[in-house]
Amino acid sequence: MKVKDIVERLGLEVVAGKAGLSREVAGGYCGDLLSDVMARAKPKDLWVTIQGHQNIVAVAVLTEVAGVIISGSVEPEPATLERAEREGVPILRTPLSAFEVCGKLYAML
Amino acid sequence: MPGTPESENPVITMSFSVEGRDFKASGEPSRRIKRTLEQIGLDWSVVRRASVVFYEAEMNIVIHARRGTLRAEISPGRVVMVAEDEGPGIPDVALAMREGFSTAPAEIREMGFGAGMGLPNIKKHSDSMEIETEVGKGTRVVAVINVPRAGGAKTRGG
Repeated sequence: MKVKDIVERLGLEVVAGKAGLSREVAGGYCGDLLSDVMARAKPKDLWVTIQGHQNIVAVAVLTEVAGVIISGSVEPEPATLERAEREGVPILRTPLSAFEVCGKLYAML
Repeated sequence: MPGTPESENPVITMSFSVEGRDFKASGEPSRRIKRTLEQIGLDWSVVRRASVVFYEAEMNIVIHARRGTLRAEISPGRVVMVAEDEGPGIPDVALAMREGFSTAPAEIREMGFGAGMGLPNIKKHSDSMEIETEVGKGTRVVAVINVPRAGGAKTRGG
């Protein structure tokens, strides 16, 4: 399944990194502690978080996740969007809570 | 040859200066080191462990120190991470190594850092780690990630 399929099915708002929408998604990880995500997220995961600051892009690039879902209507910082755009990391926004997003994502994958 | 110790002279050395509280540039040095490790064809598991080690060490400088340097020394048998900083030093290293212990201020924790996982993560993802620190002066963290040779005695691709 590709990032864009999940965007469509969960009605996510693509706020940056359109270039990465055809990346393959193999799993998911949910976390707001960056050290935890660094240690546990796998390549091709979709990462669900409520962090909206620019360091999430560095973590996303280093862990090679397919993209980042920012849950709970959190507004990412403009610097996050710029950096994600530059790196082609999809940043996807949703009003759903992390729990709801993860449940739906888990059922889809 | 089996049992021959790897040369300790690094083939590639990369060094980056890291500024305290510069969250804008943070992650870039680690990422460039990671890309180099990938380009020279190291195993994914080595690259992954090194990513964690370099990123955590880099963020420790950003979060806690005034400034520092992040260095990668890459040789056929191992990847060495050296992080040196001018900063507050660590008064109690054993405590700092305990998972969950952190001295990071609230505004840093809100960003998802300072969970007390930095140094434990470096230790967990490296084969050896050393910390030298002096309160009021700074800290030097050295971590080694061994690169296993494919097929034991044979060199890569052999």
